[in-house]
Amino acid sequence: MEKSAPDTATIAVDVRDAVKRYGDFTALKRISLSIRDNEFFTLLGPSGCGKTTLLRMIAGFEDVTEGEIFLFGDEIDTLPPNKRPVNTVFQNYALFPHMTVTDNVGFGLEMLGRTKAEARRRAGEMLELVRLSQFAGRKPAQLSGGQQQRVALARALAPQPKVLLLDEPLSALDLKLRQTMRYELKELQRETGITFIFVTHDQEEALTMSDRVAVMSSGELQQLGEAREIYETPHNVFVADFIGETNLLEVSVDQIAQGRATCHLGGGHELTCDAVEGIGVGAHVHLSVRPERLFLSEAPTEAESLPGRVRDNIFVGTDIQTIVDLNEGPRMTVRTSNSARGARRVFEAGSAVYVNMEQGAARLLVD
Amino acid sequence: MARGKYDIRRYPGFLPMTVLCLTLLYAPLIVVTIYSFNDSSSITNWEGMSTRWYVDVFVGVESDKFKSAAWNSFTIAMIAATVSTTIATLAATGMIRAGRFRLRTLSFGLISLPLMVPEIVTAVATLIFFNSIGFVRGYTTILLAHIAFCIPFAYMPIAARMQGIEDSYEQAALDLYASKFQAFTRILLPLMAPGIISGFLLAFIISLDDFIITNFVKGAGVETLPTAIFGSVKQGIKPNIMAISTMLLAISIVMVTISYLVSKSDNTK
Repeated sequence: MEKSAPDTATIAVDVRDAVKRYGDFTALKRISLSIRDNEFFTLLGPSGCGKTTLLRMIAGFEDVTEGEIFLFGDEIDTLPPNKRPVNTVFQNYALFPHMTVTDNVGFGLEMLGRTKAEARRRAGEMLELVRLSQFAGRKPAQLSGGQQQRVALARALAPQPKVLLLDEPLSALDLKLRQTMRYELKELQRETGITFIFVTHDQEEALTMSDRVAVMSSGELQQLGEAREIYETPHNVFVADFIGETNLLEVSVDQIAQGRATCHLGGGHELTCDAVEGIGVGAHVHLSVRPERLFLSEAPTEAESLPGRVRDNIFVGTDIQTIVDLNEGPRMTVRTSNSARGARRVFEAGSAVYVNMEQGAARLLVD
Repeated sequence: MARGKYDIRRYPGFLPMTVLCLTLLYAPLIVVTIYSFNDSSSITNWEGMSTRWYVDVFVGVESDKFKSAAWNSFTIAMIAATVSTTIATLAATGMIRAGRFRLRTLSFGLISLPLMVPEIVTAVATLIFFNSIGFVRGYTTILLAHIAFCIPFAYMPIAARMQGIEDSYEQAALDLYASKFQAFTRILLPLMAPGIISGFLLAFIISLDDFIITNFVKGAGVETLPTAIFGSVKQGIKPNIMAISTMLLAISIVMVTISYLVSKSDNTK
């Protein structure tokens, strides 16, 4: 495959103030985002958040009500789908059932005016890339779900699109296969050097595959950043809650000094954490702390310690989840890695404990 | 296949019921077929095996009448089925692919209504229509009437087939740089083919078989096979009618077989 030098400064897709309205309903509320060349970019959000609409607008299946979409500097939002150098992997694959695997994969090139022989040759290469050469002569109905998925990928990649759009392509596969395909997709993206725009509602998929993730909800962009950044420093309650598990505590800010905010929560518990711009004294906001960044102890420690009582321990394979009711306060979940069991003991249900927060684990969030 | 406890064949009376139904359906056809080979001028007395009535159909006194009627029937059925299938295919594409539009339910009703209107009403209406615009009755009026009433019959299997074809195939084709026309001819049409062929065969048989409307709109001297047979029978049933009927039956069996094979040969497998 020819591969241009990765250039993170080049913008592959630039969405500017895109709005999508269906009658009175606004599906996308003025979204702007830039997707870099050669990146694995994910649009993540619950169903109905507008992520698929945005993808279909880039592909050309939906009109843009307002705003513009640029592809490597060229405005494409008024072009029909067959004039846009992007290809799509559909959620249900949409493989042409009356054509063989080879004809499916070669279809795009044939439509671009290449000779039948060249289309077949290229289809052969693509099938090799997705390791399906032995199924070249079959019809899609004779393939398993995972194989169909790979044919759909090969078909969309064969015309060497500038950007590949993937609309929840893994959702129809079973869990094991989905996990394998995540890795394969990521590999394929690296090998081909093509920009991938991936749509999913599965936050784990988004975190494991993406270079960057755009979290969307009700037609708005909530946060855009690298996977780790989004997980560790969510901008608001929606992002913190949607990505991974978290303890969301309602707090009131009592005092802010030297970049630290002192807050109290139900039951009279008090703690300090980093102050956040836009959250002042007296504000009633949420505080998010990931369960794996909490640990339990018998006595208060140097860290922020809150007293409580263990309600239950839940074994979840790699971790133990301990549910703790803070004294007169809210309930919290603490995750202890099983490998750390030697170091951090498990407290039986009913025992009095302290819930301790690692440095920087607690984050104040705007709603 | 459901077998075992809930197998319908275990219900009491299943076998006698089946035999009764099959007998009622096929006994008359079998009798006609057998007596068409009767070496007798009577239609009820068996006097031995013969193909004389088949010969009579082709060279007998009425042969010219039947030959020209058969040719009319065949050409009308062919043209009517072709034209009505084309119109029905376009109608189905428009109805199902245009998304939700106002009056869609009404449009569907208008297309399928002729199936439910008593044929005699259509026949009278068509006759009045041709008279009122001063159309001379003859071959053309029969053909136009057949094209019109064959459309709903062709439409049904085509629309049913099309309903099962997801939009995403055409979108995928467009996404892969096909023009709208290419998406239609390369993707949609092959996927619709079994429906279109069924629609064509159905329209063909319906046209070939039609008596009432044809009888109203045909001019003097122009006959189709059904009207010619009817005209002949009015002067008493002769065994040559049974020979013609048997041949028509054979054609129907061939058509049904083709239709079955087409639906079996799924181009997606």
